[in-house]
Amino acid sequence: MDLKILFMIIIFSIFIQNFVLTRFLGLCPFFGVSQKLSSAIGMGFAVIFVMSCANALTWLVETYLLDPTTSLLGTFTGGIAPDLTFLRTIAYILVIAAFVQFVEMVLQKNAPALYRALGIYLPLITTNCAVLGSAVLNVSGLSSIGLDGKLNFPQSVVQGFASGTGFMLMLLLMSGLRERLELDTIPASFKGLPIAFITAGCMAIAFMGFAGFSL
Amino acid sequence: MAQRSLWKEFTKGIIQENPTLCIVLGLCPTLAISTSLKNAFGMGIAATFVLVCSNIIISIIKNIVPNKIRIPIYIVVIATFVSIVEMVMGAYTPALYKALGIFVPLIVVNCIILGRAEAFANKNSVLRSLLDGIGMGVGFTVVLAFIGLIREIIGDGKIWSYPILGAHYEPMLIIIMPPGGFFILGSMLAYMKWKNIRKETQKLKLKQAEIRAHS
Repeated sequence: MDLKILFMIIIFSIFIQNFVLTRFLGLCPFFGVSQKLSSAIGMGFAVIFVMSCANALTWLVETYLLDPTTSLLGTFTGGIAPDLTFLRTIAYILVIAAFVQFVEMVLQKNAPALYRALGIYLPLITTNCAVLGSAVLNVSGLSSIGLDGKLNFPQSVVQGFASGTGFMLMLLLMSGLRERLELDTIPASFKGLPIAFITAGCMAIAFMGFAGFSL
Repeated sequence: MAQRSLWKEFTKGIIQENPTLCIVLGLCPTLAISTSLKNAFGMGIAATFVLVCSNIIISIIKNIVPNKIRIPIYIVVIATFVSIVEMVMGAYTPALYKALGIFVPLIVVNCIILGRAEAFANKNSVLRSLLDGIGMGVGFTVVLAFIGLIREIIGDGKIWSYPILGAHYEPMLIIIMPPGGFFILGSMLAYMKWKNIRKETQKLKLKQAEIRAHS
């Protein structure tokens, strides 16, 4: 467990290749939920939790079912496991959908206040590009920081956690700005979503300042 | 809901209910892929294929799917077609597949496809779902291509990789980078809102003139 690499992954996922502003993942909830600070906080924590756990589960599925070199299916077929990597998209999205459904059921039974606070956001996370995107990134590697192959288990979970934190950071910043924009005088055709996009563009310019970092 | 003509089903996806500009779905690929016309068309055609096929299948099975588990079933159907597209693209157009990167498997969670399945295909006939799928896909591709054209001309000086602005053109790189995408899409949304506001004020003026004429 190379702590230096884990630290690199955290800085990389939050600042240098931020999920929302640089990679363009998770934009629909970013613009849909960021109108109030309270809902942004709830959505942010939900996304961090789902992303970390989804990364862990999909890593297990990838390593022990899909990848022929480490698959457990080899014990059934007598040595050589079939290459099931073409099923990656279906397997990942099923795992994520099932996990979110499971979390919903557990919350509904054991923490009904939290369940009601999250409301519709939890099932919405299934179709969040960021969750599936982070899971697929574990396999395609973070080549910009020299991790070309598949990430191992601690690296995958940390990548999910850090990406979720970056997403939540952006959500908090955006909701703070949008709450203020509500009170500003803005041309009528720009009110609401268009000015939010322009604001996101300015934030993206600011985050381009991190682009040249090499760790 | 009155039965629209079949031609209307097809054209509504392009102008009146354009998925990106009016319903504001599918933002992630719109901003990330529209850096050049080639990528835009590639992504548009792939998404249209998945949308049309999944609309047809979901419309066929709509009466046998139990209501409580319909979302995971729709996701599996969509994921199947995305896997097909992934494999075909990887084999026949490897350069485009590499350019689109992680956004090919992310077609699964493209809100347009699941949104149309949920809002249209599970309530309408196969023919109407087919036309709706083609219309929405064409609308999505048109917007993608338009943004891609602007970004490629200003940010790269080329159209379809042919340099058209001459060798002395210094490209405005910020348009090709993430902030450019946000600014251009924000401006397009503002334009749509401006048109809507004008239409509403004209309708209001006509109504007021009618009331004055009657009184």
